[in-house]
Amino acid sequence: MRDVVVVGAGPAGLAAARAAASAGALVTLLDAADGLGGQYWRHLPAERPAGREGLLHHKWATFGELSDVLREHPAVTVLPSAQVWSLERHDGGIRLNILVGEPDGAGRQALVLEPDALVLATGAHDRTLPFPGWQLPGVYSAGAAQALAKGERVAVGRRVVVAGAGPFLLPVASSLLQTGATVVGVHEAGRIGSLARGWLNRPWELAGAAGKAGELAGYVGDLLRHRVRWRPGEAVVAAHGDGQVDAVTVARLDERWAPVAGTERRVEADAVCVSHGFTPRLELAIAAGCDLSSSRFVLVDDTQATSVRGVWAAGEITGIGGADAALAEGTVAGTAAAGGNAGTGTARAALRARSRARGFAARIEAAHGIRPGWTGWLRDDTVVCRCEETTYGRVREVVELTGSHEARSVKLTSRAGLGPCQARMCGRTLQELLDGPGARGRAAGGVEGGPAPTVDRRPFVVPVRLGELAALPATSTSRTATSRTASALPTASFPSASQPGGDRT
Amino acid sequence: MTSYRVPAASDPARPAADRPLTIVVDGEPVAGTAGQTIAGVLLGAGRREWRTTAAGGAPRGVFCGIGVCFDCLVEVNGLRDVRACLRRAQDGDVVTRQGGTR
Repeated sequence: MRDVVVVGAGPAGLAAARAAASAGALVTLLDAADGLGGQYWRHLPAERPAGREGLLHHKWATFGELSDVLREHPAVTVLPSAQVWSLERHDGGIRLNILVGEPDGAGRQALVLEPDALVLATGAHDRTLPFPGWQLPGVYSAGAAQALAKGERVAVGRRVVVAGAGPFLLPVASSLLQTGATVVGVHEAGRIGSLARGWLNRPWELAGAAGKAGELAGYVGDLLRHRVRWRPGEAVVAAHGDGQVDAVTVARLDERWAPVAGTERRVEADAVCVSHGFTPRLELAIAAGCDLSSSRFVLVDDTQATSVRGVWAAGEITGIGGADAALAEGTVAGTAAAGGNAGTGTARAALRARSRARGFAARIEAAHGIRPGWTGWLRDDTVVCRCEETTYGRVREVVELTGSHEARSVKLTSRAGLGPCQARMCGRTLQELLDGPGARGRAAGGVEGGPAPTVDRRPFVVPVRLGELAALPATSTSRTATSRTASALPTASFPSASQPGGDRT
Repeated sequence: MTSYRVPAASDPARPAADRPLTIVVDGEPVAGTAGQTIAGVLLGAGRREWRTTAAGGAPRGVFCGIGVCFDCLVEVNGLRDVRACLRRAQDGDVVTRQGGTR
């Protein structure tokens, strides 16, 4: 029987785990969170069961069915609160180093898995371009506003501005409305021309993706009912406030996303939620050695196999396609990883669904993709790296002083990208600022099938406390803890951490 | 008051009745309900900032909300550098403001 480990329990990972189990594999499903569903189905915890939680979600019944099947399947071990902190290659195989326990705890249990096959379904996080004041409390990524609304029933503010680019802004606005917040406006950077070219090009292809279109239509309906204005060709170009946000400046953008002088207006708001797209979470794929595309997603073949033997990938790390694509890709990947035939049965239907959903990623890029003119809203004192508080002016100064456009040397001198988030927030932005408009990924990689760009490399997937590293058993003794024994492992029941912690790495 | 928790009684999602808990933040009690993260308790009580940056001494709170940005770090029961957006609050947790991340 084949051991299949699936990392990530969002739509792609859940579908992969079910498909792999159906194809006869022994499956371990890991997620760093303490519940299933990923960000798409982020929901209230077991301590707060809700009678009508489905109101807050799309395809909630699909989630219920998937999680029920996985929890009851005898060949599936679900391991929540399991953080994979590094991935090593050894003797042609893969070794996952995992800590199981409370997030950022000090006494988590170490676990090593060496699966026959690995499915990576690690998803993506929001990408927010910097703007003056974006470091103020009260400015959130759009994903944060949604996670807090769905996972906590917390509204980030009473008068909320939503801005950025892409269809994701619509469900975020809907989630905010469902908390009772007032959404002052939704400002989409893409202008009507690009939106039309992206979404109206070859409209007959959209007919097959009726599920996705229906989902979006539902969100548009929510905005209309609440008289929320959706305004294309606009951006939040600054946030204001003394220590916390109390207003933003909205401006019109030209086709290149450069702010149009004289169109700025001040809008009172106590929260602003901004996202300009998504960044795939590539750490494990890069550590495994998977080839990336020039647009920096994991390259996969028709069975979702990566360039590395024994490693499959599904969902947003292979392209931003939404939940329908992720479910289909997960089903194909899980079947193939288990050694099943991806050309038959449910996997065959999933392949058809995948090809319908894939067109969406290209449309989103055409309609909402980041345009280079956005640097027009930066000022010298605008924070670029939130962790190290490196400003745009400092980055430019370092480039002038050192004459270097290399991300690595600019990072070391300016400290941008060296903080605890490991450049997850600013890495791609920094790279684009160094490369200049149009030179996509020139300085730091981004070549089709080439090595991963420096800014995406993170050998430590998360910071790990030195105390936990020191307490790890020698690798040779922990190798016995393969996924075959995973069913004997603890699940999510951990005491609250009370030990004083050591320093982080 | 800016951020807030939706009152269970008026929530269309109909969550179960609150199971109150209290955490102590820089010496002050802050009320929440079981199952919330520390960030959820703080935001639910209208608090938006709880960290001071090392270099600029600037206030920070939640930004990404999903454990990626490390802006929301707090000390919990003596342990530094805990992401408030991920850690579930336990009744009696002692949360202390961090002055920086280093």
